[in-house]
Amino acid sequence: MENITQAIHGVPLNNYILLSILIFCIGVVGVLTRRNAIIIFMSVELMLNAVNLLLAVFSVYHNNASGQVFVFFIMALAAAEVAVGLAIIVMIYRNTHSIDINVLNKLKW
Amino acid sequence: MNISLFYLVAFLSIFFSLLVIFSKNPVHSILYLIITFFTFTIHYILLNAQFLAIVNFIVYMGAILVLFLFVLMLLNLNKDSEPLKSNLLKIIGVIGGMCLLVTLVGSTKALHLSNPVVLQTQNLGLVKNLGKVLFSEFLLPFEVSSILLLSAMVGAVLLAKREPNNV
Repeated sequence: MENITQAIHGVPLNNYILLSILIFCIGVVGVLTRRNAIIIFMSVELMLNAVNLLLAVFSVYHNNASGQVFVFFIMALAAAEVAVGLAIIVMIYRNTHSIDINVLNKLKW
Repeated sequence: MNISLFYLVAFLSIFFSLLVIFSKNPVHSILYLIITFFTFTIHYILLNAQFLAIVNFIVYMGAILVLFLFVLMLLNLNKDSEPLKSNLLKIIGVIGGMCLLVTLVGSTKALHLSNPVVLQTQNLGLVKNLGKVLFSEFLLPFEVSSILLLSAMVGAVLLAKREPNNV
């Protein structure tokens, strides 16, 4: 285990932040450009994971275990969110026979 | 070689997350998302956060993505039923995302955080250490999250159940 953790010695904190920002922005672009409701959900998962990685990195950087406990709570929240969200998508599909989010514009005006 | 391992895994995460967004077939998209989460697991192992690595592997790759795949198969979607946005809206979305990217990267550059990430105590992310923190400092949030999971389960069953009068 010693030599595995040696692998990140010397990686600047900046690079981890940039990686998380890039993946978060990819998630945002996915939410903005796709119309399939399931892919939008997957992009939200991508954003949550980017934040999780950054929390774990800061936890190691500041030598404080609270960050990793927070990641654990975010994972529990993501599991609950996915269960309810996919149930809503199944119900929408049953009513409209499509998961195109542009069908759901009744609340728009 | 030591540092380049991080850059290789980071490149793979970005590459596969781009494929998640831009692949036309939703099933391929989910499979790429599984690979992306696997690269995140490797990141956690490199940070010696072993508990998070295992939880990420089991909860995300094992439970959440199987749920996604199951719903996708249940709805029987394929490339023909894939809704498409107009090109103008796509370009506007990409430009908006790039604006966010430029803002965040610029604010990071202004901070000058170039200190290396160094693991000071080896057993920071092990189950023993995290369990002590979780059950002393964060005991109340832990119990509340169990109520959250219970209510999510009840809600999912209630939502997905067919109404009795329109069977």
